[in-house]
Amino acid sequence: MIDSGLVDLSRLQFAMTAMYHFLFVPLTLGLSFMIAIMESVYVMTNRQVWRDMTVFWGKLFGINFAVGVATGIVMEFQFGTNWAYYSHYVGDIFGAPLAIEGLMAFFLEATFIGLFFFGWDKLTKVGHLVVTWLVALGSNFSALWILVANGWMNFPVGSEFNPDTMRMEVTDFWAVIFNPVAQAKFVHTVSAGYVTGAMFVLGISAYYLLRQRDVEFAKRSMTIAASFGLASALSVVVLGDESGYSVSENQKMKMAAMEGMYETLPAPASFTLIGLPNEETRTVDYAIHVPYVLGLIATRSLDEEVPGILELVEHAVVRIENGLIAYDALEALKADRANAVARARFDAHKEDLGYALLLKQYVEDPRTATPELVAQAAWDTVPPVAPLFWTFRLMVALGFLFIAIFAYAFWLVARRQHTAHRWFLWTCLLSIPLPWVAAELGWFVAEFGRQPWVIDSVLPTFLAVSSLSYGAVLTTLIGFVVIYSTLAVIEVGLLRKTILAGPYHTPQPPKDSTSGEFAPAYGK
Amino acid sequence: MEWLDYTVLRVIWWALLGVLLIGFAVTDGFDMGVAALLPLVAKTETEKRLAINTIGPVWEGNQVWLILGGGAIFAAWPALYAVSFSGFYFAMFIALVALILRPVAFKFRSKRECPKWRAAWDVALWIGGLVPALIFGVAVGNVLLGVPFYFDDNLRPFYTGTLWGLLNPFALATGVLSVLMLTVHGALWLGLKATGPVRARAAHYARWASLGVALVFIGLGVIVHQVLPGYVITSDIVTDGPSNPLLKTVAVMDGGWTQNFVTYPLMWIAPIAGVVGILVARVSLAMHVDWLAFIGSKVSIFGIIATVGLTMFPMILPSSIDPKASLTVWDASSSELTLGIMLGATVLFLPIILAYTAWVFKVLFGRVTEEYVEKNADTLY
Repeated sequence: MIDSGLVDLSRLQFAMTAMYHFLFVPLTLGLSFMIAIMESVYVMTNRQVWRDMTVFWGKLFGINFAVGVATGIVMEFQFGTNWAYYSHYVGDIFGAPLAIEGLMAFFLEATFIGLFFFGWDKLTKVGHLVVTWLVALGSNFSALWILVANGWMNFPVGSEFNPDTMRMEVTDFWAVIFNPVAQAKFVHTVSAGYVTGAMFVLGISAYYLLRQRDVEFAKRSMTIAASFGLASALSVVVLGDESGYSVSENQKMKMAAMEGMYETLPAPASFTLIGLPNEETRTVDYAIHVPYVLGLIATRSLDEEVPGILELVEHAVVRIENGLIAYDALEALKADRANAVARARFDAHKEDLGYALLLKQYVEDPRTATPELVAQAAWDTVPPVAPLFWTFRLMVALGFLFIAIFAYAFWLVARRQHTAHRWFLWTCLLSIPLPWVAAELGWFVAEFGRQPWVIDSVLPTFLAVSSLSYGAVLTTLIGFVVIYSTLAVIEVGLLRKTILAGPYHTPQPPKDSTSGEFAPAYGK
Repeated sequence: MEWLDYTVLRVIWWALLGVLLIGFAVTDGFDMGVAALLPLVAKTETEKRLAINTIGPVWEGNQVWLILGGGAIFAAWPALYAVSFSGFYFAMFIALVALILRPVAFKFRSKRECPKWRAAWDVALWIGGLVPALIFGVAVGNVLLGVPFYFDDNLRPFYTGTLWGLLNPFALATGVLSVLMLTVHGALWLGLKATGPVRARAAHYARWASLGVALVFIGLGVIVHQVLPGYVITSDIVTDGPSNPLLKTVAVMDGGWTQNFVTYPLMWIAPIAGVVGILVARVSLAMHVDWLAFIGSKVSIFGIIATVGLTMFPMILPSSIDPKASLTVWDASSSELTLGIMLGATVLFLPIILAYTAWVFKVLFGRVTEEYVEKNADTLY
């Protein structure tokens, strides 16, 4: 039986390294596009300040990108180091998008990023602009393939278990690519990245305006950030990945847990705005409901039911029983690969094999499990309700806050009143960390909500770990914590130093500063 | 495409695994070599910046060969990815730490003037170049010896060795060969891109170390062929069967690693390229033909890595404690469909990658001088 302490440590290490990596990714996604937009304006208008903006925000982009790359290498290799059984079990499907990500996206991004920084005097203006756009395109394609891989973990389409190789194998690669969960996640995740980049630029520009320095630079940056940010904040909420939650049992379970919804609700389901989920009584206390809303966002209809946790657990019991038939047939096949009867029986029930594996947490041979254990394993398919209920609501609330901030910023910059309210500039500055909070909460909802599965309905998380010692994983976990913390301190320090130094740290006003409006900025 | 069956796909992906490793070694290899040589070839701050800036604009793209290699092993050889990465757990961790240090060292070093700050990142860069080169070489040595792992009947891999077990004399020698090979490659890159004392010191190092590459490679070749036992499949070889390593039997036998060269004498091209390439590099260096020296080194790297692959074929990762669990080309791959799709993606994208990489190198053509790095203190590394 697999040591549950080892499983917990392995999960902790993955969660830590993944969430740390995702501190850098969203800013890369967002900043790369905004820099490309700024440089496009430079090439079109030929005004120096737009090039200064490209260079300055590009410098911050570079500091951030370096740590993103470094932590990304760990992400790619730790499936093999810490999740060896997972790698064997699903590498046939999961590995392909990762490899294609390298071929199609990361090569593009990484090859041209060198020219972005060092090619200013080696390329024509348009040539450099093309390079910048290729970097932005590369980073976004990158996100696409990673989310195809991640989407498949949440909704494993286009694949089946092969008893001869004892692993999942691909049957329809197009289904894997055009997985609806992956598509929804991609749009939602890159939009969240754009919001992060926009809030970063908005907040830092607000800081310069508060300090009344680099005013022209800051105003233009604020204008770009407000427009780009408003579009992104709207898309991140409107295109929330809830659309992917009605497609599978586990996705439905995740949503039911997020809603604290134990009973199946008649269509169209109401949305629980707020309340106190109670896992003892299996209800949400003091709930405030908004009629119709959940039915609309979850099923995009008024007549489909949204199943509750209790109903989904009953389904899980049936699937465990079917899974045990598949498990039994698989054991017979292992003993005699030519056993045609066992093969037919396995093929009829292989969809549910993963449910039988849930019992391995309790017994070596799932076939010996008592009905009580089966019931317990069925309840294991319910992720912890309260954490999901709260993190989801906090994330959504932040999403609406971002819309409000960017909408107001847009209203101000459209009327050229960037500096109308000091309190608003302060709000922008202090809001810089919030998109990161929202993004990490979103990953928590998506991946913690996937538990107990590492691959939905296919492979339980506890089975996926490498056969390592507890001490080995503890050692590397401590190692990663030490290195990552050190890097975080250095990175924040460097970003701060660069931001405080500002775009013109060797003071030289933009060459085209024909307008007199620059003078007061330096005068004050 | 009748001929493109499972057997052929497996052989193609075995060759592509080699292409990716070689691609990594000939591109990122010179970045690692330059970083590992930094204390040796650059004394003053300007010299250090000069050396670093010869690789500054390209190391990031070069590093993707490593990342793509990892992804391709995961996608095409999932069993290899699972067994080797989890088995070499601490070695992988140390390599990862070094590989984390490298990108940040490049980026962070130039952000502050303080000499102590820069000295610290110089150490990080040195580690980031030397340690992965050493570990990857040690890993190859252990693969040739056989690695202590087995599978249970669910194909869950178990590894019974330790980190210290990896550091045996033979594997350390392959580690030394890897370091020599990549530092010579880095030195020849500096010969092509650097100027002044940095270039002179690099050339001086390459003159001696290139002979070291040739000697160590030939010495290790003799050991592998005369002393080390090899792993040979003893059951009927099914080349298009299911990827299940437990369906065959394997024997450990003396001379097992020489069989391929006896059966297919044409394979001698690989070790000959390994030796001749590095000798061409040595001669070109003496005659001051820098570009030919660099190409000679590339040919040599190609030959050395290909020699390892051809020696072991069809073995990929032999098991020392349970030889029948050894991973081979015929039973450790992905499904036929995945190999086909991945081949399609590679055929589509690899030429594009090579084209734009070549364009970027062309844009960056020319030597890096002390004046150039001093004039651009703000924008360069």
